[in-house]
Amino acid sequence: MTDSSRPSDHFDSSAARKGDDRVVQPKLGPIGYLRFFWRQLTSMKTALFLLLLLAIAAIPGSLVPQVSSDPNGVIQFKANNPTLAPILETFQVFTTYSSVWFSAIYLLLFVSLIGCVIPRTRHHFDALRARPPKTPANLQRLEGFTTRSSPAAAEAAIAVGQQLLKRQGYRTELYTINGSPTVSAERGYLRETGNLVFHSALIGVLIAVGLGGGFGYTGQRVVVEGYALSNSLASYDSFNPGRFFTDAALEPYSIGLDSFVPTYDDDLTSSSLGQVLDYTANVTSTLGGGEPQKATIKVNEPLAIAGTSVYLLGNGYAPVVTVRDSDGNTVFSQPTAFLPQDANLFSLGIIKIPDGLKQQIGIRALFYPTAVLTNLGTLASSYPDLVNPELTMEVYTGDLGLDNGRGTNAYALDTDSLTQIAGRTADSPTIKLGLGDSIDLPNGLGSIELTAIPRFVSLDVHHDPAQVWVLIFAILVLAGLVTSLFIPRRRMWITAVTAADGSVGLEYAGLARGDDPGLNAAVSEIAGKHVDQLGLKVES
Amino acid sequence: MTENFVLYSNIAVYSAMAIYTIAFIMFTLDLSRRSANVGATAEVGATIRVGQLASAGSTDLLERVDSSATAPAAKGPRYLRAAFALTAFGWALHVGAVFFRGFAAGRVPWANMFEFTLTATAIIVGVFLLVQVWQDLRFLGSFVVGFSLIALGVGTTNFYVDVVPLPPALQSAWLVIHVFVASLGTGFFALGAALSVVQLLQARRAAGKAVGLKFLDTLPAADKLENLAYRLIVVGFVFWTFTLIAGAVWAERAWGRYWGWDTKEVWTFIIWTIFAGYIHARATRGWRGSRSAWLAIIGFGAVVFNFTIVNLFFKGLHAYSGL
Repeated sequence: MTDSSRPSDHFDSSAARKGDDRVVQPKLGPIGYLRFFWRQLTSMKTALFLLLLLAIAAIPGSLVPQVSSDPNGVIQFKANNPTLAPILETFQVFTTYSSVWFSAIYLLLFVSLIGCVIPRTRHHFDALRARPPKTPANLQRLEGFTTRSSPAAAEAAIAVGQQLLKRQGYRTELYTINGSPTVSAERGYLRETGNLVFHSALIGVLIAVGLGGGFGYTGQRVVVEGYALSNSLASYDSFNPGRFFTDAALEPYSIGLDSFVPTYDDDLTSSSLGQVLDYTANVTSTLGGGEPQKATIKVNEPLAIAGTSVYLLGNGYAPVVTVRDSDGNTVFSQPTAFLPQDANLFSLGIIKIPDGLKQQIGIRALFYPTAVLTNLGTLASSYPDLVNPELTMEVYTGDLGLDNGRGTNAYALDTDSLTQIAGRTADSPTIKLGLGDSIDLPNGLGSIELTAIPRFVSLDVHHDPAQVWVLIFAILVLAGLVTSLFIPRRRMWITAVTAADGSVGLEYAGLARGDDPGLNAAVSEIAGKHVDQLGLKVES
Repeated sequence: MTENFVLYSNIAVYSAMAIYTIAFIMFTLDLSRRSANVGATAEVGATIRVGQLASAGSTDLLERVDSSATAPAAKGPRYLRAAFALTAFGWALHVGAVFFRGFAAGRVPWANMFEFTLTATAIIVGVFLLVQVWQDLRFLGSFVVGFSLIALGVGTTNFYVDVVPLPPALQSAWLVIHVFVASLGTGFFALGAALSVVQLLQARRAAGKAVGLKFLDTLPAADKLENLAYRLIVVGFVFWTFTLIAGAVWAERAWGRYWGWDTKEVWTFIIWTIFAGYIHARATRGWRGSRSAWLAIIGFGAVVFNFTIVNLFFKGLHAYSGL
């Protein structure tokens, strides 16, 4: 790509310059070295090397789970590979695509690209204003060379030829070579334009992606039916701000989940019984102090609100468990989001009740929306909707560790220091509740009830101010690519030679500038049309 | 009704496979016949030498060649003609299978690995058939039909799943566009890789190796094959670029981000980069010829890897194999 006077796909065949390297080189000063490295970096060979290196460098990130796309997978991987994980961690393999080495490769590639695009743009700009070059004296040696005899005089024939070439989109210039009039023509400047657009748009994509990531943010929140999400830092379960994010970027709004309606295949004879057909979240959004508005969010239909998009990414059940003390006073009554474990929404939940009872209790609960007894005597869920809901609970007492100031995972219960009071290893059996059932807790602690089974959705809020620009540049990439690959850049010449006997011979030839499979055919087509037109002209 | 359509589809695909098998044998017999006949008759050389056709064609990359140029190629020797006709017949059944599967499901027939295998192989064979209008590439028949047969074999035995409704994430117009164009790109990459394999063999033969493969004498020379491969691969590359962009637009709708380095996204990117490298290699001294041919083959290898290994064994959001 270094040689800006060449078309993009010019085959750089001469080995002469390479040979020069071995000749005694002049001493290079610091500037000289800088120039040397710049030359090296912007050479086609280096660009190709970096491109292939980038492909190879992207592979490890697909073999090892990534923090960005699969954080739980990373935790799992580290637990399973205690010796390998620290080594990979050192080399930033869990964050491959933002790692120093991966960034270095693509940044070098883009520097190389810019170093190539700028001189080529300048050269192309000159070429756009330049006249087509003088016709070569010896057309025989060029591609598609063909001759015709002209019924018209030399000057007139060339004038007709010029018109013909112009109509076909050529830029033309008349010359006289060795006394013979000739027209020199060139077309396909768009090929190089497309090429430059393609490469510049790639830079545009990179910048837009960078800016979008820097000024944007994403937030996740689990919302139970009847509850709402508000677009503020405190409301999110997790929040990932960009580097240049400020709180001011959060437009105040709230989205309340009125209901979540899944549709499942309920055809008992179907092999896809229980498969999801549709998810619809009915929400009410309120922007600033404005009027509440009803809306729906579906999987492929995010809700656009205040410059953000709100996506429906997950759902499940959030059973409401009510716990009363021995006097019948309610000490706990709220929904807890259960994590779905399979397609039939068999789910796992952890409930922690630190206050209100004589002892702190922690509950490890399993929820079966449609409970069935398996051959092994265990419970399973056979359908994702609520046909025969059942909640089983193992209850522990002891210090839940919520008061020591260290954050604990709401979705995990560390039972090492706890005592099971109901469950497989306790005197009391595992507690089983259907909807509306209530049962006494062991040790006279009180009672527990399955009060209601609302659903929850997991909403993702995204704000990326540069997203549209990424799309625009991506479209430019595609447009530039198509133009640069499929528009032929070629030169074409017609020379009219008057022989000693006064007869006029026409010579045609072309020159490909880049890959141009159709050149020969194009030359003979021009020749044919030209002679046809001349024939008509003479007859009339 | 659904069961009937599924049945028709399966019957059609098994019939197509049977016919492809015969076509594959015929194509291979043709290659061996070429080996036997090399230099023996002028007739073979005249009909098979594709090189002469290339001078025809016009400004557009894939435009029809002059009919005068295609005429002799359309005849060709007996085995080759039979093989090609059988492939076309098998393809008609194959396309029938694709349509019946679509009718059965009431949607586009490429929502799980079995359906994708079924449709993508139909597109690959379709591209192979259509490309003959532009160039006589029938000598690639063994490769293309053989590849499709293996894919269909694995697809029908290992990937088969019943017709099930679309999960919500796939309920989008982008399913139609994104996946179809990806398959189309795959078809062009497959042919490009096939040509590159022949190109490498041809280069070895020219260098005095691979002496045993006499049929190569009846095929175009290495540089000719390289040009043909290049023209097919750039078309594939444009489709692949579109696939990548369309995928990003869809990912933004469905998953809330246009690019998240999901394993499938990573491999689509890797493939794009390899073929971008291929195109640049053709303009780089020392990389034209066999090296760029290797890149084309590696690129197509990555496409196959992306569809099989990545789909089945890598964890990611594109988990729609249905297995």
